Amino acid sequence: MDEFNADVVENRIDHMKYLPDMEVIDSDVMDQVISAMNEYDYEQYTAKDVKNVLAKERINREDFGVLLSPAAEPFIEEMAERAQLETRKHFGNSVMIFTPLYIANYCENYCIYCGFNCHNKIKRAQLNAEEIDKEMQVIAETGLQEILILTGESKTKSDVKYIGEACKIARKYFKVIGLEVYPMNSDEYAYLHECGADYVTVFQETYDSDKYETLHLAGHKRIFPYRLNAQERALMGGMRGVGFAALLGLADFRKDAFAVGTHADLLQKKYPHAEIAFSCPRLRPIINNDKINPRDVHEKQLLQVICAYRIFMPFASITISTRECERFRNNIINIAATKISGGVNVGIGGHTGEEKGDEQFEISDGRTVKEVYDAILSEGLQPVMSDYIYV
Amino acid sequence: MNNDKLIIGGHEFSSRFILGSGKYSLDLIKAAVENAGAEIITLALRRANSGEMANILDYIPEGVTLLPNTSGARNADEAVRIARLSRELGCGDFVKIEIMRDSKYLLPDNQETIKATEILAKEGFVVMPYMYPDLNVARDLKNAGAASIMPLAAPIGTNKGLATKEFIQILIDEIDLPVIVDAGIGKPSQACEAMEMGAAAIMANTAVATAGDITAMAEAFKKAIEAGRTAYLAGMGRVLSKGSAASSPLTGFLED
Repeated sequence: MDEFNADVVENRIDHMKYLPDMEVIDSDVMDQVISAMNEYDYEQYTAKDVKNVLAKERINREDFGVLLSPAAEPFIEEMAERAQLETRKHFGNSVMIFTPLYIANYCENYCIYCGFNCHNKIKRAQLNAEEIDKEMQVIAETGLQEILILTGESKTKSDVKYIGEACKIARKYFKVIGLEVYPMNSDEYAYLHECGADYVTVFQETYDSDKYETLHLAGHKRIFPYRLNAQERALMGGMRGVGFAALLGLADFRKDAFAVGTHADLLQKKYPHAEIAFSCPRLRPIINNDKINPRDVHEKQLLQVICAYRIFMPFASITISTRECERFRNNIINIAATKISGGVNVGIGGHTGEEKGDEQFEISDGRTVKEVYDAILSEGLQPVMSDYIYV
Repeated sequence: MNNDKLIIGGHEFSSRFILGSGKYSLDLIKAAVENAGAEIITLALRRANSGEMANILDYIPEGVTLLPNTSGARNADEAVRIARLSRELGCGDFVKIEIMRDSKYLLPDNQETIKATEILAKEGFVVMPYMYPDLNVARDLKNAGAASIMPLAAPIGTNKGLATKEFIQILIDEIDLPVIVDAGIGKPSQACEAMEMGAAAIMANTAVATAGDITAMAEAFKKAIEAGRTAYLAGMGRVLSKGSAASSPLTGFLED
């Protein structure tokens, strides 16, 4: 560890303690999620348990745990069949298309695995209102009706008002506006809802608090409980839907996936109207690594997690990101995913051809909206640009 | 039987099959409508795009009555706003009220549905509320001005058939409005059964949308619904009771 990092590690703050401006809500959801995750012992399950679960009509949380266990891996085909059945029952042949738009990449956090982290020497940029308008116009011309607005996590550089302005501009061009920005207080979510946003996604990265602490060394993001309660604050602020994810592979992916599903389940029970969404990002295993790590998330494990999400919560939206390749994405929309991005550019200002800021990660599927649209059709499915109305 | 019409809010229809338009390829809508012989097609207003690509409104054949629904509404206010927007967009005066505040089962909120029905009926809409089959609620909906009622057979998308059969039968017997069975009908035989019970029409979406051959399934439903309707009109109940009648009347002694 170099001197700088040693210094950061030395001076890090208590990741479980809220900072002064952070809203504390009266909720036991986090405690319930964490204790369920801690009690979840996937090694105890056998092939028989998996068969029993797959024969059941209604899947409870323990069954979900069975489906995420190593014992369920050999049943991946059966799981995919069940997942496909549930997907078709709840969504018919529909697959939604959207695109993310990065309007800024300033970040105040030091997350050691992320390309946007504040100590990474990348080109930083922020689009102004005129530039956002131009980018959105270009995106809207592709036929898209749903946009996901992203910023790096810097409340100073990209304050709530700035994000609100972006939402208002987005309302001119799009029907559906989602946000993937830093966690905020419920009144701030309420403001962004008024500006036109209705969906909030926050990646918890990992629900393992000890691991979380070692990965998020500085910045607001370091505060684990504030991030974990973001979805609930968003719902309190009037958002229609919330999205959940763990960056699979950061810690024990089976436990993390179990926590993601449990978190979503508890919030849906507490806020029955809430629309639930899952994203499924993963850290790719290092290729040419001789050691087989049981915690690696290969495509098969990723598929297992996605199928388990679907079977557990058949009504939830599942988004498949461009981190995955074309082959995986084309197949997963036929099984469990119901939302897919197209025409993706993860740099800042890249849609109008004048990229001002660097990208957060490399994408693995660079297809245009039209190409993704046609791929959905060729799977015998129906691309849908919007399934939403702002009321 | 040629004069057997379905009358909803003063409008006459020959077909008793209301087809959904969501959940399947837009290119197939026209063929599905034709094979189904459908005269009413539902449309989720939230699916109606203004964009170039995939505007569902462009795919719906002319002459078919649009039945826009308020899916996405979580309360009466939202349903009313969506209905008014639908009218502004030129989707006509029919509206199917769908109010759900449960994302898991998508069960309708009967109380809010009554409120929305009352407001929209006063505004001249032909209001067709989707509801959980409850007799008291059905009466309230009628009093609020509903043009029909649309009780669910089973949770939406489950293809489970007539899980609420006994309760739907009560509505058919007691409510003087067309009772259109909606949601959960998974197979033509189930649609036929509901029609035999005296349902006025059937609404189906997922069952058709997810069939291997969508247009063929649309036709299968059409035939099943017609068969069920014919059986109902033929007086199936009397046929059965005749079959079980005693050879010498039990009350014959009164004549002795």
